[in-house]
Amino acid sequence: MYRFIGRRFFFAVLTILAVSAVVFAIFSVLPFDPAALTCGQRCTPQIIEGNRIKLGFDKPIYEQYWLFLSGIFVGRTYGSGQAAFSCPAPAFGYSFNENACVTEMIKESLPVTLNLAIGALVLWLFIGISLGVLAAKFKNRWPDTTGSVFVLLGTSLPTFVTGLALLIWISIKWKIVPMSLDGYVSVLDSPGRWFMYFILPWITLAIAYAALYTRFTRAAVLDTLGEDYIRTARAKGVKERTVLFKHTLRAVLAPIITLAGLDFAGLIGGAIITETIFNLPGLARLTLRSVYEFDLPVVLATTILAAVVVIVMNLIVDMLYAVLDPRVRM
Amino acid sequence: MTELLRISDLHVAFPTDDGLVRAVDGVSLSVSQGETVAIVGESGSGKTVTSLSVMGLHKKGSAQMSGSISIAHDGGFLDVISAGEEEIRSMRGRSVAMIFQDPMSALHPYYKIGDQLAEAYLVHNPGKKKEAISRAIEMLDLVGISEPAQRAKEFPHQFSGGMRQRVMIAMALMNSPKMLIADEPTTALDVTVQAQILTLLASLQKEFNMGILLITHDLGVVAQVSEKVNVMYAGRIVEQGGVDDIFYNPMHPYNLGLLKSVPRISATGSERLKAIPGQPPSLISLPAGCAFAPRCEYIKFTDGNACATLMPELAGTSASHTSRCHIDESKRQASFAQAMKEVR
Repeated sequence: MYRFIGRRFFFAVLTILAVSAVVFAIFSVLPFDPAALTCGQRCTPQIIEGNRIKLGFDKPIYEQYWLFLSGIFVGRTYGSGQAAFSCPAPAFGYSFNENACVTEMIKESLPVTLNLAIGALVLWLFIGISLGVLAAKFKNRWPDTTGSVFVLLGTSLPTFVTGLALLIWISIKWKIVPMSLDGYVSVLDSPGRWFMYFILPWITLAIAYAALYTRFTRAAVLDTLGEDYIRTARAKGVKERTVLFKHTLRAVLAPIITLAGLDFAGLIGGAIITETIFNLPGLARLTLRSVYEFDLPVVLATTILAAVVVIVMNLIVDMLYAVLDPRVRM
Repeated sequence: MTELLRISDLHVAFPTDDGLVRAVDGVSLSVSQGETVAIVGESGSGKTVTSLSVMGLHKKGSAQMSGSISIAHDGGFLDVISAGEEEIRSMRGRSVAMIFQDPMSALHPYYKIGDQLAEAYLVHNPGKKKEAISRAIEMLDLVGISEPAQRAKEFPHQFSGGMRQRVMIAMALMNSPKMLIADEPTTALDVTVQAQILTLLASLQKEFNMGILLITHDLGVVAQVSEKVNVMYAGRIVEQGGVDDIFYNPMHPYNLGLLKSVPRISATGSERLKAIPGQPPSLISLPAGCAFAPRCEYIKFTDGNACATLMPELAGTSASHTSRCHIDESKRQASFAQAMKEVR
């Protein structure tokens, strides 16, 4: 087991290194001069060249990559002498547009995205698995047909429709959930406000994903109910409820968790529409803004971060799978 | 001998989009303590449907059943067809246990062997966890699994096919049922393991005085372990008798055809297997008369008309050996005796 984890961990680190190198290489061949982009309206060649040296863009690409990597572990100082400024480890670069270390910007937006993604995940797993099991249990009866209407709506309505609809009706017309104008609050500071802040974005994301998970769970449960070992359980005299919630659900859980882990990873930096509609200052918003403004250090960092999250989630899912499925254990 | 199972005039049909599939059509048989009764037939002849009916294991609402299946249960008899879900559940695994064809897929891949065995006991004896586990280990030992306490902590994929079938048998024995249904217990196993499993079943039967209903398509298995044999074709029992009757004095042309099609070790290399010509009929549109008539080479011994229009009743010279066939007894004996010479 430990060897299995160790091996997977080693390969995860290798993959992250490769991904960061590729992303770095792509950004270095973009037809922009990164030094010129750091310069405002009143720009002179002197300022550009000064910034180029300050940010290390004058160095060869492999050295830039090395500086980038080492900055993550030891921090990084830009420039020299009086004008020098530094980003402490882990440093992912410096955004001239915002005059801030990229790490600081990510530190501000990551909690918002994590809160959004985790809440949505919990909600959609609960709804999706419940509806899926119900639909399978009552196949072709009303819970199933109602469920399939939900699936159809959930999968076909884009989040900008459900999100806006929720916002317009729940927040603006009926005023059930107040529009959050004063920004993100931590659950530790004010659970009530935190809940109100996130509930609509959670529902928006959960509707879309829960529909997929309902369909997936239904199919998986129906599949499993046809397995020989389910017939064995029934032949033993096991109660139908136990057959469904123990024997069947246990077998269905492993693939659902795999799916959930990867979908969750996709949301870190990927919930652009939801974060935009509800004005959540999360990672996706940060990325989007940086792309618009050609704030390359931020784009680079968030791209690599998104990739790292996917790789790490893959690792976690693999380890969970090994716990859930004895056949995977080594 | 106490009767453990009596099936009378069982009909099982499944409505499908193409029509009603009559999988079992008027099957009657009984199993008593200590005896092994075989149902033999090809795929789709209704033998597995019959066995699943006994356990009440057809999908809810999918099967239309009539007739009666009574099972010795809790000192009385339980009619599976009219009984409620909960009554059937209390019978399953306790009065009648079942083992299945494919031991590779019949065990839950995610639970430990010991827990799966213990569950069989726990569903009927709630709360007795310790007892269940010690009994699981005892049963594993009984079916010949070495270091049972260790192996109980392993998962099904750590067992070979033959070992898994032993585990299935151990699981079936958890509640000391009076009766065991074995649905093709050796089909998925290789020949040497087959023999071991059959020997194990026979010795356990002696030890517990169980009645066994054995479902198989393998005449070799039938000959080896059973006392009574029911030959099924297209959902009906076409011949019923003692094992010697079935093998040495076949009454139905289908049974004769089966015997003739068994490969002979003494046969010369150039001899071809004697397959029964044609295909079994569709269970959706069964012929009005004998379902075997279109493939029957002895139809010339009858007026032919009867075979096409009239379903023959189970009948014979003695009550213990009967068949569904219109052929005149004297003509049959002469021509079958000739055919049986080839078989031996």
